Amino acid sequence: MGRVVVEVMPKPEILDPQGKAVVGALPRLGFTQFSGVRQGKRFELEVEGEVTPEVLEAARQAAEKLLSNPVIEDVVRVADASQESSGAVA
Amino acid sequence: MSTGSSSSTLSSARIGVITFPGTLDDRDAARAVRLAGGVPVPLFHADGDLQGVDAVVLPGGFSYGDYLRAGAISRFAPAMDAVVDAARGGMPVLGICNGFQVLTESHLLPGSMVKNDHLHFVCREQVLAVENAGTAWTNQYTAGQRITIPLKNQDGQFVADERTLDELEGEGRVAFRYVGTNPNGSRRDIAGITNSAGNVVGLMPHPEHAVEAGFGPDSDAGQRAGTDGLGFFTSVLASLVHA
Repeated sequence: MGRVVVEVMPKPEILDPQGKAVVGALPRLGFTQFSGVRQGKRFELEVEGEVTPEVLEAARQAAEKLLSNPVIEDVVRVADASQESSGAVA
Repeated sequence: MSTGSSSSTLSSARIGVITFPGTLDDRDAARAVRLAGGVPVPLFHADGDLQGVDAVVLPGGFSYGDYLRAGAISRFAPAMDAVVDAARGGMPVLGICNGFQVLTESHLLPGSMVKNDHLHFVCREQVLAVENAGTAWTNQYTAGQRITIPLKNQDGQFVADERTLDELEGEGRVAFRYVGTNPNGSRRDIAGITNSAGNVVGLMPHPEHAVEAGFGPDSDAGQRAGTDGLGFFTSVLASLVHA
């Protein structure tokens, strides 16, 4: 069974209220190194067979059409999960 | 404005109200239609047949639990395909709160809604300025008129890129602006917008909760006496008569 990873992040110009809340909480725990946090989404799409180029292309289309809203979000990664360490980017 | 042919009088105008899984305010919207003098027609998200209604209201709530993004999954409901087609043909469509989110996800209106800037759910009686009194849903107001209707949301911060915002302002498509306080961080205090044809309107606050004295916001006339939201529904009936 194959798995495609899709990662979606809020656009840089959109204020990310959730990330802002998280960065506010970090110093209270002693983590004073971090000046900013942005919170995104990670989807794992499973397929019965191999992750073929066609499957990746379908995942890219699903990412654009449903998994993200281009007004507020960017799809930053669509990749075969078995090759995650290679750092392939959509 | 109307694509329907049956509406020659106010009382015969049929206004559809779509119920999605997780919709909360469909019955209030239907009641508002009735109090304005129209005939509410319940529509179901899974049914692509709009039953020949003259206009459609997408009510508030948390359709599909706001999973993924508010309105993102409802947008693909069979009823929405029909609404998108009809709206492009000129049928009046009003999206309230979650309905507004569905309209932006459907690309009938530009921009999007993200979480309130302060991260809290907000519920208050909100003053709005009617900026565009020429739409199918605002023609019974006057430009600049202040109205008070309830606002209740978590993902109510209207965002769009600067170019889109300039376009909305330049074309007079900002339909409503928050007055006094910006309750959610919306760009340029925008509470609601319209498409360029004026038949599709979306806003975060809830006109359908301010349509009957005794059950509305407080007003000069007394506690809970506010009925400032009724004009949305009398407007669409008027626009159908004059279509």
